[in-house]
Amino acid sequence: MAEFSIEPLSEDSLLLRFGEGIDARTNARVHQAARILRAAGLASLIDIAPAYATLLVRFDRFAADGEALPATVARVLHTGLRRDGGYAVDSGSTPRTLEMPVCYGGDFGPDLAAVAAHANLAMDEVVARHTAVDYSVAMLGFAPGFPYLLGLDPALQLPRRGSPRTRVPAGSVAIGGAQTGIYPRELPGGWNLVGRTPSVLFDPLRDPPCLLAPGDRVRFRPIDADAFARLAGSRV
Amino acid sequence: MSVAILKPGLLTTPQDLGRRGWTHLGIGRAGAFDTAALRIANALCGNRRGACALEITLLGPTLRFQSEAWIAVTGAPVRLRVDGVEHATWAPIHVPAGSTLELGPIRNGCRSWVAVRGGFDVEPVLGSRSADANARLGPLGGRPLRAGDVLETGSETVPGLCFGPDRRTHRDRTNTASGHPATRWRADPRPWFVDDPNRPLRLLPGRHIDTLAKTSRMHMFSKAFKVNVDSNRAGLRLAGPTLECVAPVEMVSEGCVPGLLQLPPSGQPIAFGPEGPVSGGYPRIGQVAAVDLPRLAQLKPGDTLRFTPCTFDDAVHAFEQRERALIRLEANIAARLSA
Repeated sequence: MAEFSIEPLSEDSLLLRFGEGIDARTNARVHQAARILRAAGLASLIDIAPAYATLLVRFDRFAADGEALPATVARVLHTGLRRDGGYAVDSGSTPRTLEMPVCYGGDFGPDLAAVAAHANLAMDEVVARHTAVDYSVAMLGFAPGFPYLLGLDPALQLPRRGSPRTRVPAGSVAIGGAQTGIYPRELPGGWNLVGRTPSVLFDPLRDPPCLLAPGDRVRFRPIDADAFARLAGSRV
Repeated sequence: MSVAILKPGLLTTPQDLGRRGWTHLGIGRAGAFDTAALRIANALCGNRRGACALEITLLGPTLRFQSEAWIAVTGAPVRLRVDGVEHATWAPIHVPAGSTLELGPIRNGCRSWVAVRGGFDVEPVLGSRSADANARLGPLGGRPLRAGDVLETGSETVPGLCFGPDRRTHRDRTNTASGHPATRWRADPRPWFVDDPNRPLRLLPGRHIDTLAKTSRMHMFSKAFKVNVDSNRAGLRLAGPTLECVAPVEMVSEGCVPGLLQLPPSGQPIAFGPEGPVSGGYPRIGQVAAVDLPRLAQLKPGDTLRFTPCTFDDAVHAFEQRERALIRLEANIAARLSA
């Protein structure tokens, strides 16, 4: 069976490593491990946070089962993976797919032209390719609710901008290298902005606060500026 | 009971033990930079350990208490005056109704924690009353306190402790003779506040420590680093010898925790604080030992620091020892307060 490594990060956190680099297979393993650990309901576990190839585990060393937690995590994972029949098998959980409306280009996506020029494609072809894929949420990071999405068409890859913008509007859909993501709130950022969604990705007073969770699937649906205004106006 | 902020000080925020269980959504811990100091301040007020206190930075606030209250201040030494009369830190202080609490400048260290009996009852966000200014998250949208803010106190107390009129009368009687209205006793700030700038911070080896060039690795533990002015609760940016990796480190973003020492391409490391990012993709050269995070909390721009290598086992041992000492101290304080 494929292996993972457990590295202590600090006195009360671990990093479980399932591979290196950015690829869907490794990332799926990370999400599978996160599901197994969540289901185990270990009392001293504080956080289980997936990244591309690693899973961060924060725990309370002084809780009843805290001291033994690193060993417990290894045991629970091995048992869980054996039960699932190893990696890369559907472990009984079908990911959610969320459709996200996006108004591409114009003021909403000021870098769409740059992406098109770099790809040597027409702008509507860039939009067609960007909306043709089911992306998977590899991880959330950088800011609360910021999803790193896997699955970008390689033709649309474009390095980050030389000088980052000090203000990227909330909802901006962006391309940074091989990745695509969505700015949940107004933030500084260096990714190329191709469009904007009226969906609210992060609201700390909402339960759950983030629209997307690690492992979710996302599909973008192109909308025009009128639809954007309508949807933005109707949100609470 | 309400507390009005007359002057906010330089950077005053509500903080408890921080958020749990939201890291997978990109939301970090926040919470008091020194959780031990927060717990001691709460113990001195007869509070539960995770009650919300105010974290003050370099220059303390001025607060008016509508009704009588008990407070305690821990962390860096700071001048504490109630209606102009000086009181000791690290002790329960009675604050009469209508009086004004002034907290002065912090000259030695950077941060102190002001607990009030019952805790500050600000609106919890995602299970915590901590402000995360970096993520713009928390009570009051995560912003620092401003003049004109009014905070209510809560009921996060431990049952069975005596904070009634008896304690106050006794205290007043005891202290009249000395002319110094300090309480009868105070907790010993040592070892909770380390007043020794030359003592190095213990550093666990980071995953990429071996990728550092030989001289860089040597400098890491032999040279002093200076805290840059653009440091905050998200991270302390350190200026010192430029640290270089022998070859570019290929890595993708992975989980981060407070105390992590990352090395960006500038070669000047950043030590993450409680509002640090939950993921990052720069080489990891070290992790400040949990027992030395309180010392990280006390470093201000211009201060210097040094690192000393520490094994993981030693760090865990020291962390467990500290927790036992902290639990003993909390119990001793509770015993005093139930007398």
